[in-house]
Amino acid sequence: MRYLPHTKKDIETMLKVAGHSSLDDLFNCIPDDLKTKNTIDIPESLSEWELNAHMEDLASANIACKKYNCFLGAGSYDHYIPAIIPYLISRSEFITAYTPYQPEVSQGTLQGIYEFQTMVTELLGMDVATASHYDCGTALAEAALIALRKNKKVNKIAVSGLVHPSHRQIIHTYISPTGYEIIEIPYTKEGLTDVGALKGMDDIAGIAVQSPNFFGNIEDLKIFKTIADEKKVLFITSFTEAIAYGLLKNPGSFGADLVAGEGQSLGITKSFGGPGLGLLAGTKKQMRNLPGRLIGKTKDANGDDGFVLTLATREQHIRREKASSNICSNNGLNALTAAIYLATTGKIGIREIAQQNHDNAVYLKTSLEKVGFESAFDTPFFNEFVMKVPEGFEQKRDALINDKCTFAGISLEPFYPELKNHYLFCATETISKDDIDQLAKEVQ
Amino acid sequence: MNQQPGRSGLIFNEPLLWEKSREGRCAISLPNSDVDRVELDPELTGDAPELPQLSELDVVRHYTRLSQWNFGVDSGMYPLGSCTMKYNPKTNEVQAARQGFAGAHPFSGDEFSQGAMALMYNLEQYLAQITGFNAVTLQPAAGAHGELAGMLMIHAYHAKMGKQRSKIIIPDTAHGTNPASATLCGYESINVKSGEKGILEPEIIAAVMDEDTAGIMVTNPNTLGLFESNIKEIADIVHAKGGLVYGDGANMNAIMGIVKPGEIGIDVLHLNLHKTFSTPHGGGGPGSGPVAVTKALEPFLPIPRVEKKLDSYKFVTDCPDTIGRLHTFYGHFGVMVRAYSYILSMGAKELKNASTLAVLNANYIKESLKGTLNLPYDLPCMHECVFNDEFQKKDHITTMDMAKRLLDYGFHPPTVYFPLVVEGAFMVEPTETESKEDIDQFINAVKAIVKEAKDDPEKLKKAPLLTKVTRLDEVTAARKPCLRG
Repeated sequence: MRYLPHTKKDIETMLKVAGHSSLDDLFNCIPDDLKTKNTIDIPESLSEWELNAHMEDLASANIACKKYNCFLGAGSYDHYIPAIIPYLISRSEFITAYTPYQPEVSQGTLQGIYEFQTMVTELLGMDVATASHYDCGTALAEAALIALRKNKKVNKIAVSGLVHPSHRQIIHTYISPTGYEIIEIPYTKEGLTDVGALKGMDDIAGIAVQSPNFFGNIEDLKIFKTIADEKKVLFITSFTEAIAYGLLKNPGSFGADLVAGEGQSLGITKSFGGPGLGLLAGTKKQMRNLPGRLIGKTKDANGDDGFVLTLATREQHIRREKASSNICSNNGLNALTAAIYLATTGKIGIREIAQQNHDNAVYLKTSLEKVGFESAFDTPFFNEFVMKVPEGFEQKRDALINDKCTFAGISLEPFYPELKNHYLFCATETISKDDIDQLAKEVQ
Repeated sequence: MNQQPGRSGLIFNEPLLWEKSREGRCAISLPNSDVDRVELDPELTGDAPELPQLSELDVVRHYTRLSQWNFGVDSGMYPLGSCTMKYNPKTNEVQAARQGFAGAHPFSGDEFSQGAMALMYNLEQYLAQITGFNAVTLQPAAGAHGELAGMLMIHAYHAKMGKQRSKIIIPDTAHGTNPASATLCGYESINVKSGEKGILEPEIIAAVMDEDTAGIMVTNPNTLGLFESNIKEIADIVHAKGGLVYGDGANMNAIMGIVKPGEIGIDVLHLNLHKTFSTPHGGGGPGSGPVAVTKALEPFLPIPRVEKKLDSYKFVTDCPDTIGRLHTFYGHFGVMVRAYSYILSMGAKELKNASTLAVLNANYIKESLKGTLNLPYDLPCMHECVFNDEFQKKDHITTMDMAKRLLDYGFHPPTVYFPLVVEGAFMVEPTETESKEDIDQFINAVKAIVKEAKDDPEKLKKAPLLTKVTRLDEVTAARKPCLRG
């Protein structure tokens, strides 16, 4: 096997040094009755070329193997990825390194993630960003736990019903074993979180609102901050489409205490939903409550600038059962990918990409309206929106996938049973006017 | 230092991104928009974020230079104990980058995602085979996330049995993630000491196990690199009181094809695809932490699950006893593709061979360095061995000094100061992919450093001398945190 370098002679010499007479003897310290009598029943090993053929077969069984028009969003977005991003992130010094516990030989990762933290705080208008989390849902669950632990008297957190349905499920999974509960804030006929309903909710430890929300609509975060202040609870915001903050007012400017977000849009492939990138940011006051790694700037013994993992006393390897979280591995390589993406697009590029997303989405919505689709909500949106579809759309949608490799929106009914015949559409910068015109023609 | 890989190279200085930024530069060329520009209400929009403004070559040089300040498995031997820094095969990267995988949208629908789902289903089966369990979930995003999944299942199991329990037994050799994961489920950690031989004694477990204890978390082989040979007896004690045994599979690389944890009394086990199954660590992640369970725990697995009916696959969420969802979609699919490619490239025989050679390499290092460094537990080891700095104390040289000096010799240091049961621990896990020559070079480097500790201790105190930066002031970093530029 090409990954295993040992020659027969090496093995003999090494066994001799180790004081064993055979390879089997190495396992003498394991009682015989604990050793398996069964072999591992998996396929015979494949050569690299056999593996290529098998993997291509599997990849080809996914429709994504072809060029497809993606009008799908809902937490995973189709964006252009400049060639330099996969090229640079493929450098094996980045890929094959461990967590930067030895800073003298990890300055690449450390400076890269320090720059990532800085650009995320800039994007979100926050003081501190962590070195990443698994995804938005898990980052949001951690944020909910911060709010709940802070307030010992109550055990509930108010979460908007327009937070991504999976994220609400993850929060539930994380908080319910320790006796905490979610109170779901209903949504209005405008497709926004119901402020009135929230005002009536007492005994909560925090408020979590997603903007743009799951319907793509932009929430008025200012009102929620006011309510959070009145109730003296933490205000948590989330988002699934990071590109939106190239254009929208950032959550920090509305006074968010904690922000959880999905960074997949920042140069990371969709990859069937993972690995993406959990973003987690907070105000300075929240710095020591944040879970996961943080990178800080310092000096070396010669007085030169350098970077280290810091504030580790929050973390499991030091604090064990008293740690703020159990997280160890994060999504570091994807954080670096996002950093390269943000450096590549820069101030000018991210604004233009965000604007193009919005423009294309508006054009898509107008085009669908012209062919009999009904706008579900008359509310400003970023690059996603909900339409009530005409009779027979579902069949047309299936045909479009099979015949034209076009995915026309996601049915909302599985997530919101009351929204029969409602679909969530998305248009990013990868969609052209022709694609949209073609779609409108097909679904007419 | 003759013939050691370490030497100073051509290293460039590189400022922070924003120090290179110049107004008006942009490293991306976008297509011209062919639809009308629509301004959002100015109330909703903000200023463009102050990101750096760079040309494409600026970005390329920046990250190329940064990469050159990093040490990876591809640079040299990376013997971090309990981290399994084995070679990350390049073909795995090629497989994960295939358009049909990398381009797949998670909401494409089951019908149009059959290849990805087949891969997930097969990988679950293979991991179940390797570990000897009934069922597997691939959803957890990392090892600690897998621990949380496993502990949530234990929690849900006790709830289903009618009475929740309040405690969990955790050995002193455990990773910090174990107690932290248990805390997330509301369990109080009951810490127990390993016996004189570095492994758990059944009597100690029997003394603390009661009907208010949910179970025990055991890493086997443990972090001293020793096989917990009393595991069956311990599992019987825990089971007799209605508890469950959680297996931390971080060290599974020692026992593939030798021991199937599902056959020796473990009820639930997490794996780290980024350790045992060769997927890269990526400077901290993303990893993947599948969890394998017995039949009794299968109903509690997270949703969605992949099911196979006839020849087609579908995601199932209708599982009334499930612990719920742990990831927005299905977990780290891209990491699964890499691990799947590794398992298929190896086959059963070479997986067993990998574990055998990993154990051979560790024992070879243990015996070769035994007189050079103090070996607190002089017993046959599995995939890793733990030394400490006892012999160097008289020269006032610490494990940290030796670790830093190893950087100059061109090696990544072992894990230091863990496990906590060994003071000044120096924990070496070579993995099976290191050749005898590279290991010999490492052994010689350690011996040379130990000699330097006697002859020139000051040099070690100042080490590393050849790296881009020298020892960093971590105290000030933590006292006056500067977390953004």
